[in-house]
Amino acid sequence: MLNFFKPNKIFLFTSKAPKYVSILLIIVLSIGLTEALFLSPEDYKQSHSVRIMYVHVPAAWLALSIFSLMTILSLGIFIFKNKNFSLICKSLAPSGFIFNLIALVTGALWGKPTWGTWWAWDSRITLMLILFIFYSMYLLSWKIFKKKGLDVKITSLIAIIGFINIPLIKFSVDWWPTLHQSSSIKILSKTTIHPSMLVPLAIMTAAFALFSILIFLMKYNTELIKIKNKGLDRL
Amino acid sequence: MYGKKVKLRILFITLLFSSIILFLYFFLKSFEENVVYFLSPSEIKVLPEVSTKKIRVGGMVKDQSININSEIINFIITDFKNEINVTFSGSVPNLFSEGKGVVAEGYLKDRNYLRATKILAKHDENYMPPEVKEALGEK
Repeated sequence: MLNFFKPNKIFLFTSKAPKYVSILLIIVLSIGLTEALFLSPEDYKQSHSVRIMYVHVPAAWLALSIFSLMTILSLGIFIFKNKNFSLICKSLAPSGFIFNLIALVTGALWGKPTWGTWWAWDSRITLMLILFIFYSMYLLSWKIFKKKGLDVKITSLIAIIGFINIPLIKFSVDWWPTLHQSSSIKILSKTTIHPSMLVPLAIMTAAFALFSILIFLMKYNTELIKIKNKGLDRL
Repeated sequence: MYGKKVKLRILFITLLFSSIILFLYFFLKSFEENVVYFLSPSEIKVLPEVSTKKIRVGGMVKDQSININSEIINFIITDFKNEINVTFSGSVPNLFSEGKGVVAEGYLKDRNYLRATKILAKHDENYMPPEVKEALGEK
């Protein structure tokens, strides 16, 4: 088991796995898109605009969960100086960044026909923009701080500080009156999305998660190659 | 169990986290009026003074209150306790209808009257196909 975490073993896995993950992604994404764009019914109120939700909601979920995962890893990086975690964290960030951007853009596209505006300075939307800025800062600081050790420290601190934003985003729609609707899927009470719309939402979430895994594996693989080229046998 | 440096780093993170949470708490508390996207008609009623600044009022469009007079649309926003009259000229979003959520942005004339410059429709968290909605309506 411990052997598995040696870079060479990981490399064997990360260099082969993307092929299988991308095949799975294509299958799940095509089922998801058919469900979301053709098979699922239109909404009683917003009619076909509801289809934007199948991209918007999974993208936002993944942006939030990837950042939370990065925070947990960053705690390990900052406190225990785990080098492997910092490579994993660095490889996770790009897909989170992309999904955050997708959530913002599709939100604007949905907002124009339904609310009547592209953008509103309401708390949920503004906090999502702040999360996007945190993602950008995280990715930029890997580029800016080249000094060994410093980049790891600064990026992990950004991921840790940015986490405060996550519960604020989650509960913003419950704490304050916002233009953004409150959550439809709740743990404690009844879900207010009809099952026929919940199915494509779940499949699209799975497809987006697979996309994150694919991007992560590819990026992680390059990071491992970089380390190999430096002639280091261990992390 | 852990080295001294690890303990110091844990302490650092804990202090950092608690200071940010405290800072944010007081920051959000003192700026609550800006964090809130809109006020309800009941909150408008108890405003200490009617300011000339732009304000947003949100609630439900009262049933049978929409009155379209050529270019001008009049309607009532209610939160089922208090009401406020709104007048607006311009185009409204598709989702704007009676019994649905709305946010009106504009200037208060007095506590009962808002001259809106922009109307936003608020969507609720219910998603269902039209047939289901009809079936629910029949019940």
